[in-house]
Amino acid sequence: MAALTLRIDGQAVAVPAGSSLLAATRLAGLALPVLCHLDGLTPVGACRLCLVAIEGQSKLQPACTSEALEGQVVATNTAELRELRRMAVELFFAEGNHVCAYCVASGACELQAMAVTLGMDHSRFPYQYPLRDVDASHPLFSLDANRCILCSRCVRVCAELEGAHVWDIAGRGRHCRLVAGLDQPWGEVDACTSCGQCVEACPTGALFHKDDSTAEKHPHPIRALQLRRVHDLPPRPDP
Amino acid sequence: MSRTVIIDPVTRIEGHAKISLHLDGDGRLTDARFHVVEYRGFEKFCEGHPFTEMAGITARICGICPVSHLLAAAKTGDKLLGVTIPPAAQKLRRLLNLAQICQSHALSFFHLSSPDFLLGWECEPARRNLFGLMAADPDLARAGIRLRQFGQQILELLGGRKIHAAWAVPGGVRIPLSDAAKAWILERLPEARATARLALERFKPLLDGPLQREQQVFGQFPSLFLGLVGPDGEWDCIDGQLRLIASDGTVLADHLKEDDYASFLAEAVEEWSYLKFPYYKPLGPAAGMYRVGPLARLNVCERIGTPWADAELADLRARHGRVVTSSFAYHQARLVEIVACLEAIEQLVGDPQLQDQRVRVRGSLQCHGAVGVSEAPRGTLFHHYQVDDHGLITRVNLIIATGQNNLAMNRTVLQIAREVIPGPVAAGAEIPEALLNRLEAGIRCYDPCLSCSTHAAGQMPLRLQLVGVDGQLLAERSRG
Repeated sequence: MAALTLRIDGQAVAVPAGSSLLAATRLAGLALPVLCHLDGLTPVGACRLCLVAIEGQSKLQPACTSEALEGQVVATNTAELRELRRMAVELFFAEGNHVCAYCVASGACELQAMAVTLGMDHSRFPYQYPLRDVDASHPLFSLDANRCILCSRCVRVCAELEGAHVWDIAGRGRHCRLVAGLDQPWGEVDACTSCGQCVEACPTGALFHKDDSTAEKHPHPIRALQLRRVHDLPPRPDP
Repeated sequence: MSRTVIIDPVTRIEGHAKISLHLDGDGRLTDARFHVVEYRGFEKFCEGHPFTEMAGITARICGICPVSHLLAAAKTGDKLLGVTIPPAAQKLRRLLNLAQICQSHALSFFHLSSPDFLLGWECEPARRNLFGLMAADPDLARAGIRLRQFGQQILELLGGRKIHAAWAVPGGVRIPLSDAAKAWILERLPEARATARLALERFKPLLDGPLQREQQVFGQFPSLFLGLVGPDGEWDCIDGQLRLIASDGTVLADHLKEDDYASFLAEAVEEWSYLKFPYYKPLGPAAGMYRVGPLARLNVCERIGTPWADAELADLRARHGRVVTSSFAYHQARLVEIVACLEAIEQLVGDPQLQDQRVRVRGSLQCHGAVGVSEAPRGTLFHHYQVDDHGLITRVNLIIATGQNNLAMNRTVLQIAREVIPGPVAAGAEIPEALLNRLEAGIRCYDPCLSCSTHAAGQMPLRLQLVGVDGQLLAERSRG
């Protein structure tokens, strides 16, 4: 396989051609925060946490959807990027209703962990307190739209791995929301195979097993290992 | 000209409240009211949530007694699932509640109320608190703090954290008791017992001496009493059925089921308080005034069932009669219940079934509504949920212990005010601090948790207002 070389945060990296900048960064042993990315699914660049600065380009680019190119010089950990990432997480908290206190995913939530990792201690943006519902019509699982960050991991895992395509994102802008089937109650969607992969893929407590209560959602052991590998990368010193 | 005296905030209680004294044109006391001035709205914003989250949400009503809400919510969840929880889970929940009552009573007695008894009513307010007690009697203060720690530590050993541990769930509890936790409890029990003994030895002589008058005027009146009792009429704090007695000892209603609470309890509302006024429905708001909490539990039960606690119960009854009607006796009742909890904890940790590994059953929604009950440190707590076909909450009603004591607390304030303001108050006269404190202490007998009972926020300040017949505010004094 053809290889190409580039510099990430001053470090020379050789990666297979066709790799994403996210993959290249990880190959270099550097951590890059993500929420919408899940290995094995098509990247969509939705969460904007993996934004990087590429020399010669005026706009920041999401590393997950950007292809690594020969000779690129990439910065992933500048003060501006860190500030933008924290701002993105603050916006997630401000636009939904994220109450860790009684959330089923507390302690195992990627959004919660990201807020801690990025040093978010409050949101500079006013909370929107949107009126959102809980869909508990499925016999095994529930969707609490208050906790959905529209990462679309459930959409992709259902469409790409299970082949059922139960989930999709409807609406525009702040009216975007996750819908099941043809915007039906989840329990009425015949296409759902009740495989539970969407629940496993969900980074927050939006999708959960019905009989789990506060702080009882835990990732599947294999997924937990994946997460640990990503989160266990060495801490990044300030440049 | 008439006036109203306002005490705002009421201090050393949990929550926000004020007291108002109403004087007529001649400066004579006409009424006294205990106002709860906070509102939280849990009953409303729980709507739309899955019932499985109710334990986690309602535990957040209070940082002092989250366990009470946790247990009531879990018991309501058991009924919605139509399950009988494993015996070990039942015993572990009981252990949790015993530890909770122990720590909360220790807080009420040592941290909040004992400065009044041990440092004196006239002691300056800046010293009349736990820090003053630490300076005056460091050994007793330390022992009291460690007794509370004993209860709190058991909560952590069981639930993983001291406050808001979401360990009791519909269907049982999450994790069994570990060997290490059991060993810790057994190791610390003797010290906890010694502290309870010390507190009783210090408090009882005061009851025989300087605190005699308080026992006569701090809420000394007939009322009904409500609480859970076990199958043989013994003291209980989590299972069992409700019993309601009159102050002459007559059992007005027995084997009441919490599911039927709406048939025997009603709630009145007054515009001057966020706290509702529950009463025994068949007798109406006046005659139906009832009290709950440690004193009520000891009044409704035949016996406690453990030797030391039964001896202390006999002492309480020897002082006041079979049914104790003075609210000042709540303090002694708390100490008796601490003893009862310590003995019951000792019995429970020796029970091999307690460490059974099967502590939870799973189920699916079986009905559209259920009522759960538990004995919180402050009294009987009801959770009533209605859910839709998918288990989402459509209606919540919480009847909190402190609310049920509301009529009695108001009557207590009036009784104390009449005692300490026997004659007319001259216009513009300064209100003595000792009066403020006695009125507050009348409320402290009930150890109210207003954040729980109104589902409201904050810590408790106190304001005393003097209001004239025309409603005009004539004088005001506040603290906090």
